[in-house]
Amino acid sequence: MKAPLSWLKAYVDIDVTAEELQAKLFSCGFEVEELIEVGKDISGVVVGEVIECEPVEGTHLHVCKVDCGDKGIFQICCGADNVEKGIKAPCALVGATVYATAKDHVTIEGVMTIKKGKLRGIESDGMLCSGVELGLNEDLYEGAGYCGLLLLPKSCKNGADIKPIVGLDDYIFDISVTANRPDCQSVYGIAREVAAVLNKKIKEPDCSYTTVKSDKKDIKITDLAPDLCPRYIGHYVRDVKCAPSPMWLRQRLAKCGLRSISNIVDITNYILLELGQPMHAFDLRTLAGHEVNIRRANDGEKITTLDENEFALTHDNLVICDKDKPVAIAGVMGGLNSEIENDTTEVLFEAAKFVRDSVRKTARTLGQHTDSSALFEKGVYEYTTELAMARALHLIQELKCGTVTDLHVDVKTENSHTGEKEMTVSVKKINALLGIEVPAKRMVEILENLNFKVTVKGDDMHLVVPGYREDIDGYPDIAEEIIRFYGYDNIEGTFLPSASITNGGFTEEQKAENKLKDALVSKGLYEISTYSFYSQKDLDMLHFAPDAPERKAIRILNPISEDLSIMRTTLAPSMVNVIVRNLRRGNMLGKLFEISKVYLADELPIKDFPEEREKIAIGVWGKYNFFDIKGITENIATLLNTKFEYEAATKPFLHPGITAKITCDGAEIGYVGMLSPEISEELALDRLVYVAELDYDELKKHAKPFKYVPISKHPEVVRDLALTCDKATPCGEIEKEIYAACKYVSNVSLFDVYEGEQIEKGKKSMAYKITFTPKDEPIENKVDGFVKKILGNLKFKLNITLR
Amino acid sequence: MQDKINEIEKSIDEAVKDVQSSKTLQEIKMRFLGKTGEISSLMKNMRDVPPEQRPSIGKLLNALRVWTEERFDAIEKKIKEFELKKKYSDEKIDVTLPGKVSEDGAYHPNTLIRRELISIFAGMGFEVFEGPEIENDYYNFTALNTPADHPARDMQDTFYLSNDLLLRTQTSAGQIRVMENKKPPIKILSPGKVFRSDDDATHSPMFSQMEGLVVDKGITLCDLKGMLDEFARKIFGAGVKTRLRPSYFPFTEPSVEVDVSCFECGGCGCRLCKGTGWIEVLGAGMVNRHVLEGCGIDPDVYSGFAFGMGIERIAMLKYGINNMKLLFEGDTRFLKQFKA
Repeated sequence: MKAPLSWLKAYVDIDVTAEELQAKLFSCGFEVEELIEVGKDISGVVVGEVIECEPVEGTHLHVCKVDCGDKGIFQICCGADNVEKGIKAPCALVGATVYATAKDHVTIEGVMTIKKGKLRGIESDGMLCSGVELGLNEDLYEGAGYCGLLLLPKSCKNGADIKPIVGLDDYIFDISVTANRPDCQSVYGIAREVAAVLNKKIKEPDCSYTTVKSDKKDIKITDLAPDLCPRYIGHYVRDVKCAPSPMWLRQRLAKCGLRSISNIVDITNYILLELGQPMHAFDLRTLAGHEVNIRRANDGEKITTLDENEFALTHDNLVICDKDKPVAIAGVMGGLNSEIENDTTEVLFEAAKFVRDSVRKTARTLGQHTDSSALFEKGVYEYTTELAMARALHLIQELKCGTVTDLHVDVKTENSHTGEKEMTVSVKKINALLGIEVPAKRMVEILENLNFKVTVKGDDMHLVVPGYREDIDGYPDIAEEIIRFYGYDNIEGTFLPSASITNGGFTEEQKAENKLKDALVSKGLYEISTYSFYSQKDLDMLHFAPDAPERKAIRILNPISEDLSIMRTTLAPSMVNVIVRNLRRGNMLGKLFEISKVYLADELPIKDFPEEREKIAIGVWGKYNFFDIKGITENIATLLNTKFEYEAATKPFLHPGITAKITCDGAEIGYVGMLSPEISEELALDRLVYVAELDYDELKKHAKPFKYVPISKHPEVVRDLALTCDKATPCGEIEKEIYAACKYVSNVSLFDVYEGEQIEKGKKSMAYKITFTPKDEPIENKVDGFVKKILGNLKFKLNITLR
Repeated sequence: MQDKINEIEKSIDEAVKDVQSSKTLQEIKMRFLGKTGEISSLMKNMRDVPPEQRPSIGKLLNALRVWTEERFDAIEKKIKEFELKKKYSDEKIDVTLPGKVSEDGAYHPNTLIRRELISIFAGMGFEVFEGPEIENDYYNFTALNTPADHPARDMQDTFYLSNDLLLRTQTSAGQIRVMENKKPPIKILSPGKVFRSDDDATHSPMFSQMEGLVVDKGITLCDLKGMLDEFARKIFGAGVKTRLRPSYFPFTEPSVEVDVSCFECGGCGCRLCKGTGWIEVLGAGMVNRHVLEGCGIDPDVYSGFAFGMGIERIAMLKYGINNMKLLFEGDTRFLKQFKA
């Protein structure tokens, strides 16, 4: 929201600097995102009178003597075609800064500093300037659009600073307005806050006008969509004379970044800026049947807007129609067919309230965002709608560009909402919420500054809320109004003196997760965090089949891009992507983990809350191998005081010979393996990559509580066994059978594997260290029996013999 | 005999003259003092000595033995000293060579900040509650006083999964789930991922928030300020102050934006605080009456405050991380610095 200081001054006597006002606005909740100094780049330019002007022969130049009052008289060489003795023009003294223009004298190419110089050998102590060189245009200053010198009135004092004369001493406040204050999306709205914060009276804009009897009676306005248009006011103005707007109006539009078009259009734009009410003017002769029908568009109905874009509409779009056709997209833009032309003489002005959602949806679906749609999307109050029409009619009369008739059609629907709200609030309750004692007298003063009507009765304040403050709803809103002007500095920190003691901290589940992260970090892993969404392409990357369950991902209806369009069903693609990124950046080894959710829907498109499952992803690359990553999953098992079992398995993206399915108590909880060489090649990876993914939510169910086992007073016995078995017999099977054969076995650890000449072909030797832990009695003399039993079991189950 | 003794003494002197190692010394020692050594042999020869001479010769021989032993002990001591010195010098290492370090892991910065925040607030009696990341319209908006047509919905661009289901845009959604199931006194923290359709250097479509909620009797805006002062001091340093300024959130009234005094420059103005002396860190306010009512809590009996902060924002401020993207890229050169 842009508000020029000069315009604000039209309503409030501002006696502080722009910076001070910025600070005051900030303190009451209006952050000035940028304070723009209009003439920031212009300095050292004064009024100069050309007192001598001689042509330089053979050139277009003139050598002038320029009287700059108390700054002196300077010789300046000037090439402008309108330089002559007696004129006054802006004179940039040596050291001044002005805009440099391109050869076309119009395009600004940066800021230049004026230096003493010579043109064709003639000394020149400064420069006479055009409007463009000062950053002006025809809307900002009359005559500034001319390519030659900017001519100043004779009344200007020689040597006077040019900036106040041409309006360059102004500031523009670019203010961020919170969503609850659509009433401040206008210069006047901001002025009301400025008046309150400076404790000044506000000068209201003049909304008075007189009417003549209308020559027409047949204008008919029908609201067929009161749900989308709660209020519509039309007013007929005749004898319209289209002409340029006066300077003051053009300047205000220009400072807010709008171009002047003609008086009628300018008035609607002016009202938009001043009051925040978008208006529209229809050329009455183009409205068939002199009818205005507000209705939903028919599907496929077409309209060409003022900017000559054609749109096909749907039932969701609200349109303003005459008897036959749409003439405007409500709240967004008028139609080309009813545009104000230079020869327009009869105008129907529109001021209406269209509901936010409808305008927003239309502007979005059509991709047509305008100043008008932006305001409607933020919300327009009918208080403003009424005020705006009156103000527009006043301006018609002030600018003498038409005759205001008495034909005023005000369509109020059942959804219309006007009038002043009344409420009673308690001073005590307000102070109880704030926690400080704001005196009632001060409360009244603040509220009156904000145009509330206040009557105090004991502890109660009876309030009449201004019509433009639809956001005020209860006493907390009043408390906020009071504290933002009383000052948040007065809020002193206290520490819940009245609250009960509560017991805080992590839940058991969070403690377990912290422990898990601690364990992984202590094993040298780095924790990563990746987006919860990716695309089907990421699943393609890992060769998931079209019908793989991972493909059954929830789609985001309005993704930021196709790359981030589905909710992830597995963490693997995210992990692989991070590893690929690291390798491409030259990070040749690493160990990573992520604990995050995947999202699993029963049916697509989803109807109910999907399941969110927490998963652990692990990825290692560089010098690490399968057993390094398996070591990490083993660490997790140990931490959870459980055991994982591994068996050879396949996954579409893993090496079929180097992949294990992981189970725990018979339940599948994940996999670990090497990224398939095929995918590695496709991704141009020059290091081996290993990934594991565990279902943490499932795993939590298998975590065993820690329990102390008393240590036996009898010693443990350790035996080494070298076994001969088939090459294909998995180590995991052997271990399982060793444990199964004897309940005293507390640990089995493989310490050597041998294949080669010393052993029969197709066989391998596996050497295990087996620990037997006694219970209540010594076992030294039983161990031989245990070993026999183990060997018997191995022979029977797996055809394994002692080597 | 005396001659023999002199001879032996002489040959001992001769033998030990160039001895360098204790091993050679041991051999020499054996040659003279060993069971078959020269001195021992002389001793054995005693029986051939006439009895009357035995005492004097015995004396001589004994003296020889003692002399020899002392001689050897002295030399041995010397050699030991020498050998130890040599050992020390041989085994000398370059102590400035690098130590063997076990591979160190690292936490994601968010985890570090999250833990720090939780421990601060846990000490003040807050419990942690984690709600679902996929929410419905009711919990994310409507129950937070943001009905369908509310202007505040534009403040956050929402990712929708269906007409009703969406990716939560704020951890405030968790507030409602807690208040529906728990009656005051309530002190909860709700950390977690949130999602908004926004992507540039300072915005990410996914980020993390930490929501705090207190509901009890007689809770005031001053209590909010007191708690945030405590938070700011613990996270950013003892001298850091907070400043409240008016703002707007649909689920709080009054609503405030909370700034902390710049911990880099102490409030004089620097690059971090863009010369203002203050840094915006979170939004907060007194819980809106409609929100309490909607959860079945009587707003005339109870009041409360809520605050919400971006965990990445705190992390970026605290660690001086200049680009939010770094937090989600997983670059090991970035990650390895956060050792806790």
